[in-house]
Amino acid sequence: MTEQKDKMTIILFSGEMDKAIAAFTLATTAAASNMDVTIFFTFWGLNVLKKFRFAVSSSQNILQKMFNFMSTSELPISKLNMFGLGSWMMKKLMKKSKMASLDDLMKLAKELNVKYIACTTSCGVMGLTKENFTDDVTEFAGASTYLAEAKDSKINLFI
Amino acid sequence: MKIDKTLDCIGLFCPMPVVKTKLELEKMKQGEVLEIVSDDSGFEKDLPAWCNLSDEEFLEIKKEGNIIKGYVKKKQ
Repeated sequence: MTEQKDKMTIILFSGEMDKAIAAFTLATTAAASNMDVTIFFTFWGLNVLKKFRFAVSSSQNILQKMFNFMSTSELPISKLNMFGLGSWMMKKLMKKSKMASLDDLMKLAKELNVKYIACTTSCGVMGLTKENFTDDVTEFAGASTYLAEAKDSKINLFI
Repeated sequence: MKIDKTLDCIGLFCPMPVVKTKLELEKMKQGEVLEIVSDDSGFEKDLPAWCNLSDEEFLEIKKEGNIIKGYVKKKQ
């Protein structure tokens, strides 16, 4: 088939679980609706992709280490987080009501070939390298790569 | 109507019923009919919308209390 597929892109700037769930709900739905989907992870959004909870490594300077120690893959929720209690309760509630978790949605996203781009500028600032991320990342790139994708996408979201 | 397969989505919320529908249809043959059983009230509107986006043939929605049964024919 030569017909061009519709495209959607999402910039995931936020590192909160609820916002990531919103992003991945739309990404999986679009990918299941015959669209090519790209998610561009930048700043706090990179926390979603971290392989281990603490992405601290010896090559980082002291400020980068502090950031990666405090900002981890253990995602908070954007309201009523209460030092993680809110996040824990939300996960419990979602499990109880059989709502798909972020992990479930991310697994589905991979199954549906959603493309992940990690922002190299944010990685540089935070001292993060490929080793800090899951193998799900398709590409490491910058704003031009994102814009090239967004330019011929019908739906572009910033979350 | 001849139903070739039934997909149970009871208890699942958006986007799971629609995503599961997609994955199930991938395994089916052209012209076969899939029945999807859901209790997510949004599914009534979401299924025809999804069929429209994905170019699959939407047949009908049947409501039995709070259970929604959707029927899709695989087009391609």
